[in-house]
Amino acid sequence: MDDAIANTPPGVLAAAWLVARKDLAIEFRTRTAFLSALVFALLGVTIFYFAWDSTAVSAVDLAPGVLWVIFTFAGLLGLQRSFGSELADRAIDGLLGAPVARESIYVGKALANLVFVVGILVVTLPAVVLFYNLPISSALLALAGIALLAAIGLVAVGTLFSAMAVNTRMAELLLPMLSLPFFVPIVMGAAQSSARLMAGRPVAEALPWLRILVAFDIVFVTACTLAFPFTLDE
Amino acid sequence: MTPPVVVFSDVERTPRDPLLIVAIIAVALVFIRALAFTPIEALQGPAQKILYVHASSAFIALYIAFVLMAITSILYLWLKDEKLDRVASSAAEVGLVFTTVVLLTGPLWGKTIWGAWWTWDARLTSTLFLWFIIVGYGLLRGAVEDRGRRARYSAVLGILAALLVPFIHLSVYMFRTLHPMPILLKPSSPSMPPEMQITFFSAFGAFLLLFAALLRVRYRVATLRDRLADLEQERA
Amino acid sequence: MVHADRLVRVFAGRRAVDDVSFTLQARDCLALFGPNGAGKTTLLRLLAGLLAPGEGTVLINGVELKSGAAARTQVGLVSHASMLYGSLTARENVEFSARLHGVPEPAAAALRALTLMRVADRADTPVRTLSRGLQQRVSIARAIVHGPRLLLCDEPYTGLDESGAAALTSALLERREAGAALVLVTHNLAEGLELATQAAIMRRGRFVRHEARALLDASAYQSQYREMAAVDG
Repeated sequence: MDDAIANTPPGVLAAAWLVARKDLAIEFRTRTAFLSALVFALLGVTIFYFAWDSTAVSAVDLAPGVLWVIFTFAGLLGLQRSFGSELADRAIDGLLGAPVARESIYVGKALANLVFVVGILVVTLPAVVLFYNLPISSALLALAGIALLAAIGLVAVGTLFSAMAVNTRMAELLLPMLSLPFFVPIVMGAAQSSARLMAGRPVAEALPWLRILVAFDIVFVTACTLAFPFTLDE
Repeated sequence: MTPPVVVFSDVERTPRDPLLIVAIIAVALVFIRALAFTPIEALQGPAQKILYVHASSAFIALYIAFVLMAITSILYLWLKDEKLDRVASSAAEVGLVFTTVVLLTGPLWGKTIWGAWWTWDARLTSTLFLWFIIVGYGLLRGAVEDRGRRARYSAVLGILAALLVPFIHLSVYMFRTLHPMPILLKPSSPSMPPEMQITFFSAFGAFLLLFAALLRVRYRVATLRDRLADLEQERA
Repeated sequence: MVHADRLVRVFAGRRAVDDVSFTLQARDCLALFGPNGAGKTTLLRLLAGLLAPGEGTVLINGVELKSGAAARTQVGLVSHASMLYGSLTARENVEFSARLHGVPEPAAAALRALTLMRVADRADTPVRTLSRGLQQRVSIARAIVHGPRLLLCDEPYTGLDESGAAALTSALLERREAGAALVLVTHNLAEGLELATQAAIMRRGRFVRHEARALLDASAYQSQYREMAAVDG
């Protein structure tokens, strides 16, 4: 019969991957969070279109702002549900009782959130290009890269804060309130660099903003991974 | 069971805290000196005197209050001493007051000099974000009931906020310099006549004293509150 | 085999677990009784590695529990909460736990555990569609799938029907046969004493009574316990 002696606990990344797969399986089973966030993003993009005076501001000037602001709020919708399933029946105790590093739990959840956010971007980015008639064929790859960098930063910070917010009375309000100041450098970096690329400016002009995005990602992925164990009751 | 008898002698002492009295007097004296005994700046007129309050508060809010909050946060996660958490939350709260003063005096000054209430000036915008961060810190503390968890969460937020501030400063600065914006006077001119310098540094000293005094009072309140909670727990 | 040494855990100034020590050999079963708020759940969480002790150590087969993650695979925990993901099936839940512990052939092990708990026929519906009793069975399967040497049960019989209770008892006996030690927290003295080799009563964080089962007279013990409970209440 089974004996713990025979067990070979997974390493940090392998465990993170297990957690990520589990989260994605749960999300895929119900799909409600993803679809809600997606519909929210598309609606937001549409509403902005009707709030826009096209004679005053050109599409290329407006679109980046719209895209990244909407992306932030849609991302928050996804992040809200990140730890809900863990607390409902104390499933988190199962994770904490397992022979896996606490950091794996964070990385796994962040990875699942990243897939979620990238999924939203995959639909929203083409929608923005379509609705605002943007000439971006040349910059498409660069835009995808910017989107990924922004998503990583968003997810790194958002996953950590959702771990804390889920334990409070005002989770839905607290998560945006805590996260949004942290999203400012991300939104600025993404919007400014993508605006320049969409306007056909040389890449060198977008570079300073890209550097901020990359630096932000490195600093906060590291800091949040290290800080996560402190958010657990141990 | 008879209720415990507690003598809260500290409470009686607090309103007569000597440091607070000295600080208030110092601030009052500086005000008098600034208004009546310091020359009026030629370009900006009497409105320039807001600088003494504005610049002192700004420096104290960011480099004293916020740094103190960040350092005690790291120390708390390392040493788990509750006193560190109380210092951190007190520094945040008093820092919020000073930050609010900066955000109120800034536009006042701006309106009288530039004719505009808000110009997205780099430093003022960064201060606005600092304000949001500290308010978030307070909201987080208010939302968590368990003391140990509250201290841990606050410490994590404090450290992350400290890491965020340089990014905010850099982003806002780049945003301003890479965007065509109205050219503005640089209000804090480096070459101040000696009388102004004395007022400037006295103001800074007085406000620093005020910060320390308020911090101490706030810390005492936090200690008493925790002690009360402990006693109520014991009784339950 | 399992050695708890002077465990202390403090919550907000109160000693939830106050200087608790005991030793269990393989196949021992410690029945733990006591009023609500005595610290039994906290003690179990300390033994499971979910909480770190303020003082004291937990040794399982000579390895300190807090020395690293790996030691935690020796322990299984069953509590009132099911610790399951409602949208996933029973099979998925138990397999996930098996993989997390690094069980060789996780799918087969999961099926074995579910079969032992007589819930294998409901293995492929989302867990939230199951009754509380069936969920409890799945939760127990989740706790034993990795073959723990120390099985901690916090009032596991609550909510179980006869069939479920029988399945649980057979699972506990199976684990015991395999050489595991058990800690069983229960309010049902008869149930607890049936399986026990040691019995302890916990009150305000301390073991106020702790003795070998063989030395006890069940009915005398029960009336003494009732008296003690009356004083507390």
